[in-house]
Amino acid sequence: MLSINSISKGIVIDHIKPGYGIIIFKHLGLDKADFTVALIMNAVSDKQGRKDIIKIENEIDIDLAMLGFIDPNITVNIIENEIIREKISLSLPNKVEGIIECKNPRCITSVERGITHKFVLLDEKEGRYKCEYCDQIYSWEG
Amino acid sequence: MLKGRNLIDPQDFTVKEIEEIFVLAEEIITRPEEFIHLCDGKVLGTLFFEPSTRTRLSFEAAMLRLGGKVIGFSEPNSSSVSKGENLADTIRTVAAYADVIAMRHPKEGAPKYASYYSDVPLINAGDGGHQHPTQTLTDLLTIKVAKGNFSNLTIGLCGDLKFGRTVHSLIKAISRYENIKFILISPNELQTPEYIKTEILHKKSLDYIEVERLEEVIDKLDILYMTRVQKERFFNEADYIRLKDSYILDNAKLKTAKKDLTILHPLPRVNEISMEVDNDSRAWYFRQAKYGMFVRMALIAKLLGVK
Ligand SMILES: [Zn+2]
Repeated sequence: MLSINSISKGIVIDHIKPGYGIIIFKHLGLDKADFTVALIMNAVSDKQGRKDIIKIENEIDIDLAMLGFIDPNITVNIIENEIIREKISLSLPNKVEGIIECKNPRCITSVERGITHKFVLLDEKEGRYKCEYCDQIYSWEG
Repeated sequence: MLKGRNLIDPQDFTVKEIEEIFVLAEEIITRPEEFIHLCDGKVLGTLFFEPSTRTRLSFEAAMLRLGGKVIGFSEPNSSSVSKGENLADTIRTVAAYADVIAMRHPKEGAPKYASYYSDVPLINAGDGGHQHPTQTLTDLLTIKVAKGNFSNLTIGLCGDLKFGRTVHSLIKAISRYENIKFILISPNELQTPEYIKTEILHKKSLDYIEVERLEEVIDKLDILYMTRVQKERFFNEADYIRLKDSYILDNAKLKTAKKDLTILHPLPRVNEISMEVDNDSRAWYFRQAKYGMFVRMALIAKLLGVK
């Protein structure tokens, strides 16, 4: 099995649904990082079979709302001296800004310059959001 | 208090706030001469990013009858929009000139976005196929005048219930009242969307049935709301030919209808109501157009806080 050295100081984003690791990686701008980062895809997970993991050897600001939106079951561990100093649990944010785009071609966001795509939480149980402007429904499951 | 508020979505106002608007509208209907100076010195901006002559005239007439003035455009080609100005800037500019804005835009959600940049009350005069709240207020006021109140009514909605924006808004708005029954009359292809059924009709446990033919149910109705059915909405010619006549309201179909039926239509009609019905006392659609102006008068006055 592939092994990735543990980090001494930084952040581990764990229990990411397989396939979503790369989305988060890019969204956090880690593809342009000048510090050590690791994206592990399809790691074996006791809980969920397979999972993605991101390890970041640095202290950076993480967009927790975005992670919660992608999957509230993701865990974020803050590492110091090779031990977990803090475990952050996530929840679905009430508002999601600038992460996803409204797919409705008739929506004002499709034409207005400089407009931020915004979604508001509609249904926590089903993780459904609606476009703040045109009410188009959005959920990760499609 | 409605002063300074926006009307973007028909649900932006509570039942009580809508009632306030109707009380004022009914006062204006009975004594219009008392209100001719209510908005002296005030300016309405009508920003029509797509043409809709009826709606624009209704807003302009409303403001002029209150003594106010109107500025605006109805052709985006002749405005700064054609020079590439963004919506936020257009709104900020016009909000500096006008005391209240009525805006129509082909893109859904445009008025909501615009309202973030407007210092003055903004009224959605239609955004694509999304919302048209002043049409809903018009429909409700007409029902109120015709029936006295909104309770215990059996409402038939007939025609294109799938794409009919006015019908969806009316179902949402009137389902907030007591003991309403809906009879949804449409071809199978043009039935009420699933989300309206699950989020409104089922959630509020409302009594409704879906049928294909108007003749079967017309005798049960207190309100009949007709909408256009376009030939191109049908999937095949045979279905269109089979159903087209059942969606044209004429005197023959009205034979079994109640004596106090109220027939509504958002206008313009094509041929879904035969002209012979126009003289029937149950035809309310031209009065409905007039109430659209009165309800806009009341709305403007409330948002400006002059009444
Ligand atoms: Zn949208």
